[in-house]
Amino acid sequence: MMENGFSSPRNDSFPAGLRVLVVDDDPTWLKILEKMLKKCSYEVTTCGLARDALNLLRERKGGYDIVISDVYMPDMDGFKLLELVGLEMDLPVIMMSVDGETSRVMKGVQHGACDYLLKPIRMKELRNIWQHVFRKKIHEVRDIEILEGNESFQMTRNGSDQYEDGHFLCGEDLTLIKKRKDIESKHDEKDIGDNTSTKKARVVWSVELHQKFVKAVNQIGFDKVGPKKILDLMNVPRLTRENVASHLQKYRLYLSRLQKGNDFNNPDGMVKQSDSPLSDSAGSFGSQNSINLQPTDVSNGCYGFSGSSLVLQNVDPRSHDGDRKILVTTPVAEPKRGLTVDAPNPRKPRISQMEFGHPIAPPRSEVNFATFDSSFPSKYPWCGIPGIPLKQEHNPLHLNDGFSHLPMPRQKQLTRADYPQPAPAISSAPSLTEREIGCPVKIKPSRNDYSSNACHVSSTASAVDSIPLQTKTNSTNHQVSSTSSMENQGLNMNCLTGVESSRKNINLGMPPFAPLDKDLQVCFVPGDYYMNLGLQNIEVPEYFDPSLLTDVPIHLNDGLRFDYEFYDPTEYSLIDQSLFI
Amino acid sequence: MDRKQLQHQVASVRKSLFDQGYLDDQFNRLEDLQDETNPSFVEEVVTLFYSDSARFIQNIEQAMIKKPNIDFGKLDDYMHQLKGSSSSFGAKKVKNECSQFRECCSARNIEGCIKAFQQLKQEHATLRRKLETYFQLVKQAGIAGRT
Repeated sequence: MMENGFSSPRNDSFPAGLRVLVVDDDPTWLKILEKMLKKCSYEVTTCGLARDALNLLRERKGGYDIVISDVYMPDMDGFKLLELVGLEMDLPVIMMSVDGETSRVMKGVQHGACDYLLKPIRMKELRNIWQHVFRKKIHEVRDIEILEGNESFQMTRNGSDQYEDGHFLCGEDLTLIKKRKDIESKHDEKDIGDNTSTKKARVVWSVELHQKFVKAVNQIGFDKVGPKKILDLMNVPRLTRENVASHLQKYRLYLSRLQKGNDFNNPDGMVKQSDSPLSDSAGSFGSQNSINLQPTDVSNGCYGFSGSSLVLQNVDPRSHDGDRKILVTTPVAEPKRGLTVDAPNPRKPRISQMEFGHPIAPPRSEVNFATFDSSFPSKYPWCGIPGIPLKQEHNPLHLNDGFSHLPMPRQKQLTRADYPQPAPAISSAPSLTEREIGCPVKIKPSRNDYSSNACHVSSTASAVDSIPLQTKTNSTNHQVSSTSSMENQGLNMNCLTGVESSRKNINLGMPPFAPLDKDLQVCFVPGDYYMNLGLQNIEVPEYFDPSLLTDVPIHLNDGLRFDYEFYDPTEYSLIDQSLFI
Repeated sequence: MDRKQLQHQVASVRKSLFDQGYLDDQFNRLEDLQDETNPSFVEEVVTLFYSDSARFIQNIEQAMIKKPNIDFGKLDDYMHQLKGSSSSFGAKKVKNECSQFRECCSARNIEGCIKAFQQLKQEHATLRRKLETYFQLVKQAGIAGRT
């Protein structure tokens, strides 16, 4: 069944078929619990040791919906297991014990248990455990939206000015995003002044902060990462462990989504830089691109997520054909915030599987967007960094660093895994001006849920794994029109290519904008988009409205050609405002 | 005895186990779980408990021998596990003895611990016998669990 549970085939009978992992060193209890859970029509797996449980969870990422564990276990403290599961897999965990002392229960809750059951456990208690799974999924979606929304908001909101700095306004957008509205609607409400933080964190995960975070994560090694370690490495005053922990969770989610999204990216197609009308539409491109982002670079920034599948999709895909038109149409559709959309399924709230394993070292990042000038895409910040004003300088997004570059200026919320690292890298793209960056990424507004548009906003360089993100690990100049690079760009390129095919989760890192994107839309590194179009400010229309992108796909296949034509200006009204220069 | 009589006997044995406090409601719940897919589920659980708990009893014995340097922490751990285990099928008396033992442990009352342990072993063994008889009757009567 699909990981996201909700969209999995078992949905119709949910909660039946809920995949439960029970961990208890007491064989008697294990046997009883197994029987009880089976009576609830759940799918049960039992484990007598915490280590075994962890191995199982790691091996089969996404293979379980919920974990029930005893507090006391000989080989590992139940609380520790609880923490690990929460961090690595982001699954709901229920603790159980004979001991019902308040202090113990409190400890369980502190460590993240979503419930604490006292033995002997009653059937009715087990029958209800599905609510924790459900709740988490909903929250994840919300968080993602928030993150994305923030990003996208940024894009739209911030005029070119912001992008110029390559700065992402972080945090501010968050508030906007909260609403989860369509990108367009977001524009309306841009309350720029309203910087309320998202419901979750008070910390605004600026691009810089996120980059620090990613850097720390990469240094530690994704597998060994933990909030405390990251916090120490980051060395940011006033940043708490909780902030990092929740950010890490989101990051993981993001990465896993990217991975999922990757399937779809067709790196090649993505964003081909079709000669776009970009030249004139440069502006549009900006908008377009924003979604699609980033042509390769995007990946750098955008999804730089380290390694993990970050999408960076192909930021380069844009084989900048001249016109950079980065058709961002690609995946941009997922306006996912340009960021790396990893939203393989926006729905999937739990991307527990995030596989960070692949250091996404922004293969794409290397996307030398710099070379963009001609080939555009490389520069395109599409990498999902929609907001990133493409500074003409196309700095090759060195995503390879593991996204340190992420140009995503917008990143504010990086917390969302998608942080399309827009920033800086993308700015380099700007040289695209010639390129027509304008290629309006055709993000066909089809808002469709991203899922269908696999293109996730390609711009966001979704770390789309699918897209050969590889990108470019080496500072490949993205010029390569190689679509692959494009992919890395995380951009939507993948989206585009993927769009057709993958419509599904823009693995590219750019999660299909659709549902989630609304807010997050295309947070592509703002810089990226603008890249090239010479539009510095190309503000990528906030996020690619998924709907925008949705249509894009086909054309994009050329390797992300952001066909100008595809671009439906109407859709990008938002974008127009700022992007088109 | 004919079937009917056996069934009556099963019922009365069962009732006495409850009345005398050997078993509590958890046992009923386990029997409720039992179904045709696994008609001897409860018996299997009890068997599993006894083989597993034998290990604990042994560990506790060994830890107790080491007096006066008894590792109370370890003892408490063992008891905690035994308590949890016995509660799984409603072994009320056994569970109570475990609690008793743990109290002596926390008070570092060696004598109290020894005494509590003796009682625990006794209850442990008694229940085993009684349940064995019960299950045999159940099999003979051809019924599982309550009627």
